[in-house]
Amino acid sequence: MSDKLKIRLSFLGGLIFWLLFAGSNVYLMLVKGYEMKVDYSDFLPQLSFTLFTLSTFIHYRYIITKADTLNFSDLLWKVFITGLVTTLLSLGIQGFFVLFEGRSAVESPLIIHFFYNILVGLIVIFAVSTFVVWKRLILYQKSKNLLQLWRFFELAFGVILIVDFFGFKPGDAYFSVGLVVLVLFSLVLVFNLKWVAYLNFKQKWKGILFILLSGIYLYHFLRILNWFSGTNILVIDMLERVFILGLFGFLFVYAIISILVTLFNLPTSSVFEQKLKEAVDFQKLSQTIPRGETNEQTYEILIESAMSAVFADAAWLEINDGEMQTVTRNLSAAEVDTIKSKIDNQVIQDIITLTFQKGANPTRLNVPLKHTTYKTIMALPIWVQDQQVGFIVLLNEVAEAFNREMVSIVTTFVNQASTSLENLVLIKESLANERYKEQLSIAKTVQKSLLPTEVFNNEALTVEALSVAADEVGGDYYDILAIDQDQYGLIIGDVSGKGTSAAFQMAQMKGVFHSLVREKLSPKVFIQKTNQALSQCLDKSAFITATYFEIDTQAQTLSFSRAGHCPGLLYSAKKKEVSLLEEEGMGLGILRNSTYDKYVVESTVPYSGGDVLLLYTDGITEAKNETGEQFGEERLKQSFLENGAQPPNLIKKAIKEALKGFMGSLTIDDDYTLLVIQLKSHVK
Amino acid sequence: MSNIKTENIEGILMISVIGEVDASSSIHLDNAFKEAMESGQKKIVTNLTELDYISSAGLGVFISYLDEFSSKEVQLVLFGIKAPVRQVFDILGLGKLLKIVETKEEALQSFNE
Repeated sequence: MSDKLKIRLSFLGGLIFWLLFAGSNVYLMLVKGYEMKVDYSDFLPQLSFTLFTLSTFIHYRYIITKADTLNFSDLLWKVFITGLVTTLLSLGIQGFFVLFEGRSAVESPLIIHFFYNILVGLIVIFAVSTFVVWKRLILYQKSKNLLQLWRFFELAFGVILIVDFFGFKPGDAYFSVGLVVLVLFSLVLVFNLKWVAYLNFKQKWKGILFILLSGIYLYHFLRILNWFSGTNILVIDMLERVFILGLFGFLFVYAIISILVTLFNLPTSSVFEQKLKEAVDFQKLSQTIPRGETNEQTYEILIESAMSAVFADAAWLEINDGEMQTVTRNLSAAEVDTIKSKIDNQVIQDIITLTFQKGANPTRLNVPLKHTTYKTIMALPIWVQDQQVGFIVLLNEVAEAFNREMVSIVTTFVNQASTSLENLVLIKESLANERYKEQLSIAKTVQKSLLPTEVFNNEALTVEALSVAADEVGGDYYDILAIDQDQYGLIIGDVSGKGTSAAFQMAQMKGVFHSLVREKLSPKVFIQKTNQALSQCLDKSAFITATYFEIDTQAQTLSFSRAGHCPGLLYSAKKKEVSLLEEEGMGLGILRNSTYDKYVVESTVPYSGGDVLLLYTDGITEAKNETGEQFGEERLKQSFLENGAQPPNLIKKAIKEALKGFMGSLTIDDDYTLLVIQLKSHVK
Repeated sequence: MSNIKTENIEGILMISVIGEVDASSSIHLDNAFKEAMESGQKKIVTNLTELDYISSAGLGVFISYLDEFSSKEVQLVLFGIKAPVRQVFDILGLGKLLKIVETKEEALQSFNE
């Protein structure tokens, strides 16, 4: 059942039960009045009154919960308005009787009962709604015990409401016991007035007014009930019910206590407001961190909150966050200089010249100032990572304006601001780090895209490649292109260094390779021209090692020039041995003029079908195991020899396994590349 | 990790490189050469007897000073290179550009030739 439905149902229930109550009451009166000996029991009106009260209670419970319970003024306003409406209506009833006083028609039991029923309805509405509001106020910031106590209190009311059924009269034992129980409960509960503290000065006055008026309404209702009671013809007199008396008593006592407490709290409310503002300022300062705000915003908040916390007339703040920043309030730059010249206290001197020692514990940070306008000065250092980076100065026109309490609150603000500033520094650092990582990942993507996605697998060659980049971006490069029908250009290279520059240099190498391959140059000239091209753009300490192969599948020869790269290995299928394609050579970019050319040598070796060429980068041979030993050329050669007769993909796999077995639990932290090229014999 | 020690032997600057020279520690080697160039040293020997490993970044340091050495007529002699390190120098072709000898005595002697 939704709350809305509950509200509507309880309203409808209330109305029906009230009508039932009024009807049965009048009926009873008639029966009594004309001494008709019919059913004399007042069971029906009693029951309908009970149900009417319960419905009203449920109705207001849902209505008032829905309101923002933290807004006390609104709550009290509700009581005031309900009270006003019900009181005005009851005044109308009273007016009617005053106006037609003495006329027997008006004073007939029927008329009296008719209005009495309306009045009871109004009173129940006001009393019950006020009861719910008081409940909200009492249970504000409730403890478990308080809640428990309140439940018992409500239960007692419920029990009494039902027991009232039986029509006990004042003087009965039950009557006194019930009242005593309710009074005791009330006395314990009425001292829960935490909400009063949360009202500001203006709200407190408003609260007092509203509650006072509610008290007057209650008094008025009591009087009017008493008047009706005085007629002595009522079938059911509400004033003879413990429930009504207890309810009125509770509402009254809480109203009186609330008024008194609020009244006594009036002088201190400004202090509470001040503390609340300090807390809010404090929160603002700390919130500059997650909001990623700038230093300037932190300075603004610091100076504002510090000034309002100590009622300073003027202030300025100087801080070094890369450059000297000055924030002033109610001061010109000239005035700041004048004030600085008037400072004769050593501690404050130290603070504003940023030479204050952190260990030093100054007893007085606020001292008199010999200045025409400002008589008291307070200065506090601002620290970031144990360095005094700045200070804040607060001024007051009154002598001895600052006290110890104020110094400590400003110190808290300054500390919080320092934390914010430190965090801003950390955030900036982590952002820079994040950006660097992003660049790396871009570079990695670039590097990957530079490697060929497809390699040859045709009647002349089968190529298998494996290239793994380390965490950082590496600079391993290989590529193979068809020069013409029978010739292929093949390059493997390794750019010194890592990171984005390595990826960039790889890109340059790819450009050079692709343009030079088309020129059908001999490997020697190819390397010389590559050196020439790369010398223009490589960093001073950067170099590239490479080997260029020209594979002639018609003549079945390998021509190559080595530019400082690890020598390739050639497996002979016939002899079942591995030879080293070692030749003199020099890394690209080591010599950046024509003297380089004389170090380039070209050789040509024949091959036969089934021979396998193995090329690699130093990531493989320099891979170290747990004892610091390198995998080395010999192990590579051995593994290649053992597996050379297998298809290229299995050779690749076997070498990878051998390397993995050697490494044990370690992983290679360099990039490494392995190229397996199976050379086939084919005759056209 | 590497450790660089410099000492002066009768007007000759000896730079000893100990341990492993990788990308980060190559900066120390670079600084040692930079200081030598700034102080106007003409005779430098590099003691590599305790060098276990040199990465391409470390080799890059030697390469980056080649031009400056020849233009300022600075003589650089390396000695005591272990075989695996020597192989790295040779594969790259640096062995042909740098003067490499076996012992410290030979290195110091070579300036008198």
